[in-house]
Amino acid sequence: MTKRTLGLAGILGFLLTWELIPRLGLVEARFLPPASEVLAALAVDFQLTAFWAAVGETLLAWVLGLAAAVLLAVAAGFVVGSSQFLRRFTNSTVEFLRPIPSVALIPLAVLLFGVKIESSLMLIIYASFWQIFIQVLYGVADVDNVAMQTARSFGLKTVARVRYVVFPTALPYLMTGVRLAASVALILAITAELVIGSPGLGREIALAQSGGAISGMYALIVATGLIGVLINLLMRFIERKTLSWHSSIRSEVIV
Amino acid sequence: MRIAKSFLYVLGLPALLVLIWWLSTLGATSFFVPTPGTLASTFGKTWFGDRIFTDVLPSILRLLAGVSAAIILGILAGLLIGSIPWLRALTEPVLEFFRAVPPPVLVPVLMLLMGISDSMKVVVIISGCIWPVLLNTIEGVRAIDGVLSDSAHTYGIGGWARVRYLVLPSAGPQILAGVRQCLSIGLILMVISEMFASSSGLGFTIVQFQRSFAVPEMWSGIVILGLIGVAMSFIFQFTERRILRWYYGLREVENAV
Repeated sequence: MTKRTLGLAGILGFLLTWELIPRLGLVEARFLPPASEVLAALAVDFQLTAFWAAVGETLLAWVLGLAAAVLLAVAAGFVVGSSQFLRRFTNSTVEFLRPIPSVALIPLAVLLFGVKIESSLMLIIYASFWQIFIQVLYGVADVDNVAMQTARSFGLKTVARVRYVVFPTALPYLMTGVRLAASVALILAITAELVIGSPGLGREIALAQSGGAISGMYALIVATGLIGVLINLLMRFIERKTLSWHSSIRSEVIV
Repeated sequence: MRIAKSFLYVLGLPALLVLIWWLSTLGATSFFVPTPGTLASTFGKTWFGDRIFTDVLPSILRLLAGVSAAIILGILAGLLIGSIPWLRALTEPVLEFFRAVPPPVLVPVLMLLMGISDSMKVVVIISGCIWPVLLNTIEGVRAIDGVLSDSAHTYGIGGWARVRYLVLPSAGPQILAGVRQCLSIGLILMVISEMFASSSGLGFTIVQFQRSFAVPEMWSGIVILGLIGVAMSFIFQFTERRILRWYYGLREVENAV
């Protein structure tokens, strides 16, 4: 059997187990509806404009937040990373700020912005920024000394050196950071909607749960998972395209 | 001299930032941003007292229980799935899906399935934290050097000895990368599960402060979460250095060449 059919069998097996657990009464169906019911609810959702509007809201927050985080982190990362002094000077502060969970900022975001997309954006940017920033720092630090000296002796100016030596070295690191940040941004987007109630899929889940629409809630959760899978695939694709020249992609056999 | 210099490096920027913060709140008292002095005194008043036992410690215990269970389960399942190729192919798409589900959406589900209790919060933490550990372990096990694996086979090393001396060391760096991600997810989930459904705990208390517009208290709660995050990350770095001492040593040798 090939890998693909096995994977398909795995999915079917999982759905079957899910179907059987409530049908056999291991868990009450009003807490865990069978898979067929949830998938039917999802199919109904796919025909609703409200569902797509919520997906749109979530993706809008995701894309804006991620873009802002990338811009900020790349700018800050290149500046801080290219100076030994700045790197050491900021290290303790970065190590302090980075582990602060961005959900801790939820109360502050609510006070400052209320139930709006800005609250989500604040959390998304904070969480994604560090992922990318740290990667860019590593990337800039990884520049090959010989390449740098060569560029210098060829008389490349600072801008050209950044463009032709530092940037290509840092790019694989940057892409890893962006890929990690993309999934973190989705988590935060949905969390913000779930907890704060800013518009989007997360809020729909909270509404479905408090309204007792249990299959609807499960359907929305499956939808968030599907969006997550799609985002992962998309980011992998972008990474592969931008790094097609890099040995890590060229030598990759599988996946 | 060197100690003084590195001392300056560590404390320079934080001191500067606090100074800017202090100066900027000196003139106009903003409602949203307390002065450093107010924050410090509120911090002491708010958290040193009963709250340590009613809110802080239970939260931390739940976090530790959830994270350690997730790490153990993730590594065990990862070793199993990673070393059996057909099992890996069978489970891969399903696992990819579960990893892609944003962990916080599981809070309402588990609330429904298990009711509002301590064990539900621990399960929420486990259900979110297990994926990075699990998937990284699978990847790590898969990427074991073929020559090493064959040698171990030739020498008749199998069973537990193989896991102990071949699989765990070679997958170690990757497993720990997963653990690092799992720690921050754990902290996030601890806070969210308490914000959602609880009458105690850090997340609950902070939201309570926010709703009653007790702004300095709310900030002090954010600071406490920050401190927990920082402490966890330091403990992790220390442990990682110890566990992977051979690995960092190896890398230094390789880089020096």
